[in-house]
Amino acid sequence: MALLQISEPGQAPNPHERRIAIGIDLGTTHSLVASVRNSIAECLPNEAGEVMIPSAVRYLEGGGRQIGTQALVNRHLDPVNTVVSVKRFMGRGLKDIKNSEDIPLHLIDKPGMLAIKTCHGEKSPVEISAEILATLRYTAQDTFDDDIYGAVITVPAYFDDAQRQATKDAAQLAGLHVLRLINEPTAAAIAYGLENASEGTYAVFDLGGGTFDISILNLTKGVFEVLATGGDSHLGGDDFDHALMSAVLKDQNVIQSLSDSDKAILISQARLVKEQLSTSSDVTFEVQLSGQFIKADITRDYFQSITKPLIDRTIGCVKKALRDASLKVADIKGVVMVGGSTRMPQVQAAVKELFNQEPLINLNPDEVVAIGAAIQAEQLAGNSQGEGLLLLDVIPLSLGIETMGGLVERIVPRNQTIPTAMAQDFTTYKDGQTALSLHVVQGERDMVVDCRSLARFELKGIPPMAAGAARIRVTFTVDADGLLSVEAKELLSEVVAKIEVKPSYGLSDDDIANMLKDGFATAQEDKISRALAEARVDADRLILATQSAMQSDADLLSQDELGKIQDIISKIQNSLQSNDYALIEALTNDLAHQTEHFAAKRMNRGIQKALSGKKLDSL
Amino acid sequence: MVAENLLEFDVSQNTVPAVIDLQSNDFELFQLTQQADIDIDLLSRRWKELQAMTHPDRFSSQGDKAARIAMQYSIRVNEAYKRLKSPLTRFAYLCELHGAPIDAESNTSMDVEFLSQQMQWREALEDSNSLSDIVVLQNEVDELKVRLSDNCLNAIDQQCDYVSASKIVRSMMFVEKFQHDIDKKIDLLERS
Repeated sequence: MALLQISEPGQAPNPHERRIAIGIDLGTTHSLVASVRNSIAECLPNEAGEVMIPSAVRYLEGGGRQIGTQALVNRHLDPVNTVVSVKRFMGRGLKDIKNSEDIPLHLIDKPGMLAIKTCHGEKSPVEISAEILATLRYTAQDTFDDDIYGAVITVPAYFDDAQRQATKDAAQLAGLHVLRLINEPTAAAIAYGLENASEGTYAVFDLGGGTFDISILNLTKGVFEVLATGGDSHLGGDDFDHALMSAVLKDQNVIQSLSDSDKAILISQARLVKEQLSTSSDVTFEVQLSGQFIKADITRDYFQSITKPLIDRTIGCVKKALRDASLKVADIKGVVMVGGSTRMPQVQAAVKELFNQEPLINLNPDEVVAIGAAIQAEQLAGNSQGEGLLLLDVIPLSLGIETMGGLVERIVPRNQTIPTAMAQDFTTYKDGQTALSLHVVQGERDMVVDCRSLARFELKGIPPMAAGAARIRVTFTVDADGLLSVEAKELLSEVVAKIEVKPSYGLSDDDIANMLKDGFATAQEDKISRALAEARVDADRLILATQSAMQSDADLLSQDELGKIQDIISKIQNSLQSNDYALIEALTNDLAHQTEHFAAKRMNRGIQKALSGKKLDSL
Repeated sequence: MVAENLLEFDVSQNTVPAVIDLQSNDFELFQLTQQADIDIDLLSRRWKELQAMTHPDRFSSQGDKAARIAMQYSIRVNEAYKRLKSPLTRFAYLCELHGAPIDAESNTSMDVEFLSQQMQWREALEDSNSLSDIVVLQNEVDELKVRLSDNCLNAIDQQCDYVSASKIVRSMMFVEKFQHDIDKKIDLLERS
C-alpha cells in the first residue's frame, strides 16, 4: 500500500482494530516471546508456565519431536538428535564452526550453510530455528486466543547479512510475518530507556549464550540513535563452558576418545558449574563418563584465570566501538548489562574497571531483549498512539565488492546509519567486454578471502566498447532490517542487473513455499480463508487511508487522477463481496500503484510543514 | 559517491515546492545556510526530525509498499546528514557546489613540506610497538586536523576561495587515510 499518512505516523488507519504483535528473542541457549498487554510489555509464559524456553529441539525416533525443556530431558541419552545452540550454525558453513569435533551432533558440510543429520534426516539450522519460533508463536496465539499479526525478531547486532537472512527465512518458515529484525542491544536499550526515562549516551554490553554485542547509543526524546556497534558473533557463555570443560579434561589427563553422550554430559556439567560459580567461590565438577569418573575441585579464581582471554576479547570489542563512535570512556553515562552471561562476576568486574562505574543490572538480563522487541512490534503494528519511538540503527560490518587482485573495494562502511544506499562507479578492463561479474562481500579485511562472500551476480549485455569507456554504477541498498540488495547499471546503455542478496545457500522463496506446503508451521490453518480475510482487511485499510488522504490533500491531485482513484475504489468495494482473494489483492495493488505519486506529494508537503513549523522554534 | 535515481517516482512536476527531491542540495534539505561553519547540534536535531517523518518504521503498519517508498526518502536524508556531519565531506561538497571539485585521483600536486611530514608519520607508525607510542602520534595528528579544518573554514566562509579550499581538502583526505591506518594499528596492538 502506497498511501503515506503524514498526519498520524505509526497509527493504524482504524484505531479500533487492534493487531496482535509480538517480540521474539531467539537466543542461542534460551528463547522468549513477549507482547504488550494493557499497555505493559511482558514475557508470555507457555502452558507449563515457563517464560524462557531452552532453544533445543529433539527429533524422536519413529516420528515427532520435542521442543524446549522437554527436548533436554534425555539429551545425554540421545545427543545426536538433540539440537542445542543452533543459532551458532545460522548462515554458517562447517569450516566456520570452531571446536566442531567437540559438538555431539552430526554436522554435515553443505555448500554455504551446514546441515545436521538427525533421525528425521538432514535438517538445516533454518528449519530447526523455525521449530523454536513456531513454538513461541503458538504460545502467543494461545495467550491471546487469536492470530498473530506480526513479529519483531531480535538478532545479535554483529550478525552479518547471511545470518540475518537465515533468521528471517526461519521466521517465514514458522509462519510469522516479520515486521522487523532489530538488534538485540538496541532492543535492550528501548526497554531500559523507556523504563528509566533515560537520556544521554549509553553502552549496551550484551553477552549471551553464543554471541557478544556492544552497542553505543544516544537516547533523546524517544529517538534511539546507535552511534557504533561491534562484537563477535561466536563469543558467548558456551565458550566459557567449553573453556572449563577443556581445562578439566587436560588437568585430569583424559585421553580416551569421548562418546557423543560423554560430550553432552561434560558440557551440561560445565555449564552448571559455571553458573554456580557466580554465587559460590568453590564448586565440585563431577561426572561419570563411559570409561571414567571425573571429580575436580574448581575455584572461582581458577575459572576466572582460564576464561580471562574471553573477557579480554569482549573488552577489546568495547574499546573498538568507542573509537568508532569517536567517544571516550568518560562520555558514557551508563552501561546496561544484557544476556545471562553478564551474571558472571568477572564480566561485571571487567566492565566496571573499564568504564569506572557500576554497570546497570536492574533489569532482568534474560528478558530485557524480548521486552524491547515487543514494544517495537506494538509500534510497527500501528497500535501505539502518538509519536512513539524511533530507532536509527547501523550496519555492523562493511560491505563491498571484489576488484582486481582479490582486493575489496568498500562501498558501505560499517556503522553507517540504515536505511542507506551508496554507489560507486567502475569500468571494464578489456576492449569489447560485454559482461561484468560482481562478487559481493562483507567484512573489515582488505582481501576478499578474509571476508564473508555474500553473493555473486553478472551484469550482461554491455555494448562492446573500448576498455575503460563503460561506466558501471554499482549501488548497494541496505534496508531497515540491515539486509542488502545490489544493483549494477551501465550508465551509457542503461543495462541493469539487480540482486536481492540472498546468500547462495539461503533458502529460495520456492524452498520456503515447499517447506510450508509440507506444513508443520501452518498445518492447523486453512490457508485460503486466511488469505481471503487478509486481502479484505488490506483492501479496507487502503481505502480508508486513501479517503482520509483525499479529504485533507485533494488539491494535490488533478481531476483525472481523482477520477481514476475513485474508480478503483468502487471496483474494490464490489469485489469485497466475492470470495476471490486474488482479485481483491490485484485491485488493491492497482490502488496502491495509482496513489503512489499522490503519496510522494503528501510526503513532501508534510515534511515541508513540519520543517517550517520547527524552524521558528530553533531560530 | 552520490547515488542518483533513488526515487522511483517523479517529483519534478510537484505543485508544492519539493523539499525532498534529488535536485535540492543537502543544505536546502536541512534548511541550513550554505556555508562551511554549521551548527552541528541543529543539524543533528533536523536529521532526527526528518527521520521521524521518513523512516520506513513509521509506515510499516501501512504495508510493505508504503515502507519501501518511505525508505527512499529516509535514505536521501541519511546520505545528506552523513555528508554534512563530517567537516571533510562538507567542505568537499561546498567546493564542488562552487565549481572547484576535489578530483583527488587526477589532482595529486601536494605541498612538499606536508608530504614529508606524512612520510615521517608513516614511518613513526610502523615503528611504534605500544599504545603509548601511538598516543604521542595521535596528538600530533589531532593538532593538524584542527589546523587544516580552521584553514579550510576560513578559505570558504571568509575568503570564498574554493580553489585553495579544495587543496586543503586534499590534505585533509591524506590525514583521514592516515587516521584509518592508526586505528587499524591500535586494533592490532590491542588484539595481541
